[in-house]
Amino acid sequence: MLELDNLVSNVHTGLMEALPHWAALTIEYILIGVLMLALYCVLALILIFLERKICARFQCRLGPNRVGPWGSLQLIADMVKILLKEIVKISKSDKILFFTALFLALIGSLCTFGALQFGKGLAGIDFNVGIFYVLAISSLGVVGILLAGWSSNNKYTLIGAMRSGAQLISYELSAGLSILTMMILAGSLNISDIINGQAHSWYIFQAPLPALVAFIIYLIAGHAETNRGPFDLPEAESELTAGYHTEYSGIQYGMFYLAEYLNMFIIAGIATTVFLGGWQPFQINADWAAGFNGVMSYIPSYIWFFGKAFMLVLLSLWVRWTFPRLRIDQLLHLEWKILMPISLVNMLVMAVWVVLFF
Amino acid sequence: MKKIKDIISSAASGLTIEEQQYPTVCVSPEQLRKVAQKLKSEGFDVLLNLTGMDYNDKFGVIYHLTSTVDKMAMLVLKVQTPDREKLDIPTVSDIWESANLYEREAYDFFGIRFIGHPDLRRIFLRADWNGFPFRKDYDANPELNPVPLVNQTISDMEDMPTLSFDKDGKLVTKHNQLFENGEYVVNIGPQHPATHGVLHLRVSLEGEIIKKVDPNFGYIHRGIEKMCESKTYPQILQLTERLDYLSGTMNRHAFCLCAEKALGLEVPKRAQAVRVIFDELTRIASHLLGWGCMCMDMGSITAFIYGMRDREKIMDIFEETGGGRLMVGYNVIGGLADEVSDKFISQVKEFIPYMRKMIKEYHVLFSENPIAKGRMQGMGIMTKEQAASLGVTGPSGRASGWSCDVRKIEPYAGYDQVDFEEVLRSGGDTYDRYYIRLDEIEQSLRIIDYLINNLPDDGFKAKTPAIIKLPAGEYYQRVENARGDFGVYINSTGDKNPYRVKFRSPCMTLISALGPLCRNEKIADLIMIGASLDYVIPCADR
Repeated sequence: MLELDNLVSNVHTGLMEALPHWAALTIEYILIGVLMLALYCVLALILIFLERKICARFQCRLGPNRVGPWGSLQLIADMVKILLKEIVKISKSDKILFFTALFLALIGSLCTFGALQFGKGLAGIDFNVGIFYVLAISSLGVVGILLAGWSSNNKYTLIGAMRSGAQLISYELSAGLSILTMMILAGSLNISDIINGQAHSWYIFQAPLPALVAFIIYLIAGHAETNRGPFDLPEAESELTAGYHTEYSGIQYGMFYLAEYLNMFIIAGIATTVFLGGWQPFQINADWAAGFNGVMSYIPSYIWFFGKAFMLVLLSLWVRWTFPRLRIDQLLHLEWKILMPISLVNMLVMAVWVVLFF
Repeated sequence: MKKIKDIISSAASGLTIEEQQYPTVCVSPEQLRKVAQKLKSEGFDVLLNLTGMDYNDKFGVIYHLTSTVDKMAMLVLKVQTPDREKLDIPTVSDIWESANLYEREAYDFFGIRFIGHPDLRRIFLRADWNGFPFRKDYDANPELNPVPLVNQTISDMEDMPTLSFDKDGKLVTKHNQLFENGEYVVNIGPQHPATHGVLHLRVSLEGEIIKKVDPNFGYIHRGIEKMCESKTYPQILQLTERLDYLSGTMNRHAFCLCAEKALGLEVPKRAQAVRVIFDELTRIASHLLGWGCMCMDMGSITAFIYGMRDREKIMDIFEETGGGRLMVGYNVIGGLADEVSDKFISQVKEFIPYMRKMIKEYHVLFSENPIAKGRMQGMGIMTKEQAASLGVTGPSGRASGWSCDVRKIEPYAGYDQVDFEEVLRSGGDTYDRYYIRLDEIEQSLRIIDYLINNLPDDGFKAKTPAIIKLPAGEYYQRVENARGDFGVYINSTGDKNPYRVKFRSPCMTLISALGPLCRNEKIADLIMIGASLDYVIPCADR
């Protein structure tokens, strides 16, 4: 009843009937684009506000509490401030790369965001290699970071970018392998198929052992890919002031910031989709639980998706505000000598599991 | 004492030992190196302090030596130039590493030329500064040293002169370059989130590996020692707190003790006990901040906030009784400024169990954290010999196993009547330097716990003359502040201003340890090792 899929299909059929095919499609594309961008920005605001409030709680502080109720308008004030700030021009930087870097980081994150399915019938794009596309396009961000570090003509940014490159490329492997493990179980790369395959039981419950291992590895690797503590070496503020975005100011810095926060949500969103059933409600696959399943199904799908994703975001915040930072060699050691071998073995286990039990 | 006599007489003939506060030996510049080498080989392996002097008709250098073997032993070595023109004194920087920075300081302030010093750059003032400000005939006319308004190249800072005599006895200057061509040099500071002040480090990197660290001082040099020469003793007290602002109470205590020693004042027992409580509370506050900053430098901001939160409780105690929070201004010559506040005792008694509980939480949150352990263990190892040679005292020295706690060696203000342990660790790595601070907080709590329950009741201040004039002579007082052995040297001519004041800054030696400790470590560790040494820049720059 509260689902939005009927609304979406009504709009679609209405447009198709009223307008020629090409015009309807154009309007739909624009509509989806605008909605996605709006959602992107609103989510970023919510995430930043949540982070500030939650980390304040971890640190026995109050967090923002002056502007608006519970400080909720603080973010609007900060956003206006960052928009009005002067953009400092760096005289000896490579101008073209300097600006391209910014957009690459943002585009990478935005394109990944577009492929997520937020609820029943709420998918921007849906095609047969969806998860492959997500993995591929999310790596675009690292190019942006490398370019930012290189073009700024600053030693701190260069060290930050080199660290970032090493880190992201390494952790991409573990993240990719653990997703691949789940694809063996799913048997499809299509995001809709993956979600539909979890209608009765989430993948993490379908193959508990290998799926759980893959889930944990994905969370660690994904956390590392978002450049947040304890993996925030590229921007380790106590060593490199701000790492690769040291030289960016005003809204340019804001865009990196935006991309970073949304990446955190995207990682949580992908983990939700692949391991926790996407927008599927929690179901118990047994006859006696029909009533329970009915109640769960009554909760709208988008609430399920955002609920799960925000739980994972909370986990990420918790980790970030508890642990100290790793050093670059320890970071690479963790990936290449621990996480990757486990991932490879885990993939084999999953294959055997699928052969034996499915 | 017999032993020192033997050492001295075997090193050079005709030397006599004067019995002052510490045994004092005057040597000529020619004899200096021989005596120094002999003393070093006979166990005087620590050069605690080096003071440059202007005696109006000539210049001099005073060396305060001590030993790791016999830690009670102190020896003062004095060298004087024949006149104001012939300023050459041989270097001892190859004998005691800590002399490296000390001699640069004496050169910078007095123009005393240390022959053979490998790096005789000016340390606090600019390389092109005219005149030597601590000379009594210094011309402070601002037109001689105008404020430069154009960009200057940084290479001026990299030229390291070495002075030597050639065969004909002529002074020649050899110029060494700090960095070779093509070295990847990164400036860390003076404005940087992790240098804990305005320290400027020039770091030569190979990838992420550190090859060389060159600390560049003087960004917050205020000439406090020079200012002291024109201030009365009660006025100087205010300046002492501004050296190492995190152990201000202890620095002020040191100066009070030094002046009281000179005046022969008997400080009431109650004042002594309250001073010690304040000292220990300051030590806890300083260690908490040091702990928090170290955690923050490793990326754990939550720990930093926890440290600041608990430090706030100490600041509240200070505010209630002394009025100030960071600069308490509570110790005066002769005792305390006023009686303690009514709430003082209950506040302190409340704080002790709270802090003990929190220490346990810190260990759970951070000390036992595998990432933190992985970052700290085995990093930046400093041996006991290194610590002694570099003069690294305080918690950092004790983490290397050097028992150098002045509270035990030369007890002052009744520390000998309190039961506490000197915490020692043996590893000398960053983790030891980290851990020892938390252990010292517990010992400080123990001291406070005893004193607050046994406060004597004999007044808060001894009677002092209205105008304080120290009798002519030299006085030296050591105090254990939060960072190490803090020393005050006063040379008085009987006037109401001192003739010369020198503060032995523990932070300067801590910074000089950065180079040897960080070689071949990663740049992330430079920040962490620096944080574990816990230096405060205004203390080093003075």
